[in-house]
Amino acid sequence: MSTATDVDATARAREILGVSRLTNQALTRWLHGLPGVDQVGCETRAAGLSTRSIKTTSKAWAIDLAISMIDLTTLEGADTPGKVRGLATRALVPDPTAPDTPSPAAVCVYGDMVGIARDVLGDSGVKVAAVATAFPSGRASRAVKLADTRDAVEAGADEIDMVIDRGAFLAGDYLTVFREIAETKEACGDARLKVIMETGELATYDNVRRASWLSMLAGGDFVKTSTGKISPAATLPVTLTMLEAVRDWRDLTGEMVGVKPAGGIRTSKDAIRYLVTVHEVAGEDWLDNHWFRFGASSLLNDLVLQRQRMATGAYSGADYVADDAPSGY
Amino acid sequence: MSARVDVRKTYKLYIGGKFPRSESGRSYEVMAAPTGRRTTPRFLANAALGSRKDARDAVVAARKAQPGWAGATAYNRGQVLYRVAEVMEGRRAQLVQDVRDAEGLTAARAEAVVSAAVDRWVWYAGWSDKYPQVLGGLNPVAGPYFDISAPEPTGVVAVLAPQASSLLGLVSVVAPVVVSGNTCVVLASEERPLPAVDLAECLATSDVPGGVVNIVTGRTAEIAPWLASHRDVGAIDLTGAADADGVDWGELELAAAENLKRVLRPGGTGVTAVEPDFEPVPDLSRLSAFLETKTVWHPKGR
Repeated sequence: MSTATDVDATARAREILGVSRLTNQALTRWLHGLPGVDQVGCETRAAGLSTRSIKTTSKAWAIDLAISMIDLTTLEGADTPGKVRGLATRALVPDPTAPDTPSPAAVCVYGDMVGIARDVLGDSGVKVAAVATAFPSGRASRAVKLADTRDAVEAGADEIDMVIDRGAFLAGDYLTVFREIAETKEACGDARLKVIMETGELATYDNVRRASWLSMLAGGDFVKTSTGKISPAATLPVTLTMLEAVRDWRDLTGEMVGVKPAGGIRTSKDAIRYLVTVHEVAGEDWLDNHWFRFGASSLLNDLVLQRQRMATGAYSGADYVADDAPSGY
Repeated sequence: MSARVDVRKTYKLYIGGKFPRSESGRSYEVMAAPTGRRTTPRFLANAALGSRKDARDAVVAARKAQPGWAGATAYNRGQVLYRVAEVMEGRRAQLVQDVRDAEGLTAARAEAVVSAAVDRWVWYAGWSDKYPQVLGGLNPVAGPYFDISAPEPTGVVAVLAPQASSLLGLVSVVAPVVVSGNTCVVLASEERPLPAVDLAECLATSDVPGGVVNIVTGRTAEIAPWLASHRDVGAIDLTGAADADGVDWGELELAAAENLKRVLRPGGTGVTAVEPDFEPVPDLSRLSAFLETKTVWHPKGR
C-alpha cells in the first residue's frame, strides 16, 4: 500500500480536485461539495453502537488491543523530566503484576521532552510522539511552527502531532491550512504526522468532515480529534465522522489514514465503544495500533484495572495500579 | 367519597447521594413479617434487587467520598451525623410503620425500637471528637521523643447489615463506621430492607455528603462475595452474614483475606453464627474495629 509520504501533496491535490492550479476557491468548492453530515443520524448511530455488549474473551481481547493503541500522554506546563521518565517506564511495564500486559503504542510529550522519553524507551518498539506547531493554540508564524517540528524530529520523535490553524480554517482560508499541513509533513521527514482538528472549536460535523478531508489531502498520516485542552474533546459522533472520512478516502485514493480520538476517554467501557465504532464504520483493517490510537493518560489505569478484574475474578482498586498524578514533591 | 388509586412503591438504591435503579433493572417484592392469624404474607413494596455491578458502583462512590469525609473536622462530622438523628426524628411515623411491618412488632414496641435507633445514632455521633482521646494518646517511651498514637479511618468499609434487626441493628453497624471518617457500602437486610431505604432517605435529606453511606438492597448471598473480594474495600463487617440465606461467612472471610481486609465477624461461629443483641448500649468495639493506629515519633527540641 502506498503512503502519502512519497507524493507531492500539491500535485496530487490538483489531480484529485481536477484543477490545473490549487487555489483557495478550488479547495472551497471541493470541500463544500462533500455531502453534509446528518447530525441527528450521526449521533443516533454513535449511540446505537455504544449499546453493544462486549463480554468475556472478546472483552479481554478488546482490552489488550485498547492498551496497545494508547498514546500515553502528558502535556502539562509542569511536566518534569522525572514525570516523563516515569510515564515512559510505565509504557514499558504497564502492569508489574502482569508482565503479559501489552505496551501502549507511544508516549506523547512536548517537543523538549522527546530526548528524555527516547532515552528510556530506546528501541523497545514504543514510539515517541511529540506535539508541535505551537500546540495547543497553533497561533504562531509558519517559520516557528516548522522549526518546532524539525526540532522534535531531530530530538528523536517518531510521530508528530500538529494542530491546524483553526482561525484560518473557520475563516475559510483552506489553502493556508493545506499549505501548513503539507509543509509540516515535509518537515517531519520519516516521522508520521497526526493532524489535530480540535473539533471542539469547529462547531459542526460538516466542518469536522471538511477538516478531515483537507488534512488527508495535504498528506496527514492521522486525523486526530483534539488537543485535550478544550472541552468537548473527543466524542463518539466526531470520531465516527472521521472514520467515515478515512474509509471514503481509501475508496477514493487507495491510501489508509489513521484516526486518533484524544481527550475525555477515561474508562474501558468508553474505549471499547470506540473499538466497536472503528470496526463497524471503517472496518477491521483499522483495528491495529498503526491505524487507530487513543490519546489518553488515565485510560491506561482503567484498562489495567479491568484486566486485573478479569484475571483475578475480584474487583481491583486504585492501590493496585500506578498513581497517575504523583505529588510534586 | 372517592376511591383513591393505590400508590405502589418501588424503592431504589442509594449510591453516591443519588437514588439509582439497579443496573440490572431487577426488583423484588418485600412482604410484611407474618403476624396474627394471617396466612398469606402482606405485600409492602418493591425494592431494587441490586447486582454486583451496583455494589461496584457503590464502592467507587464510597472511595471518592472518603478523603473529603475523613478530612472534615471531627466536630463537623459530629454535627452532620447529629443532623441525621434530627431528620430521623422528623420521619418517626414512617420509620415506626416500616419497622412494625418489617419485624412484626406491636405499635408500642416499634416506637421503642425507633427511639432506641435515634438515640444510638446520637450516641455514636457524640463520639466523633472523643474517641481519639480514648483510643489514642501519648506513649511514654525511653528516648527523647514525643510519641503519639492517633486512630485514623480504614477507608471504605463494606457492611452486611443485620438480617433481623432492620433499623436498630442497621444504625448500630453503620454509625460506628462512618463516625470516624470511613465511608461505607451497606448491604441491607434481605427480607427487611424498607427501614434501610428510610434511612437512605434520611441521609439524603440531611447534610451527609453523597457517597459516605451507600445502601444496596438485594440478595446478601449474591452481592456479599463481590464486596468481600473487592480489592478497594479496606474492611468488612460480616454481621449480616448470620442467618442470611445461602451465606457462608467463612468463605467471605477467606475472600477478604486476599487483600488483608479487616474483618468483623458475626457472633458465634460457623453455622451457629448469631446476630448480636443490639438493645444494650454498646462499647467502642464496633468503632475501633475500623480504625488504624498511626504512631508518630517526634524528636523533642531543646
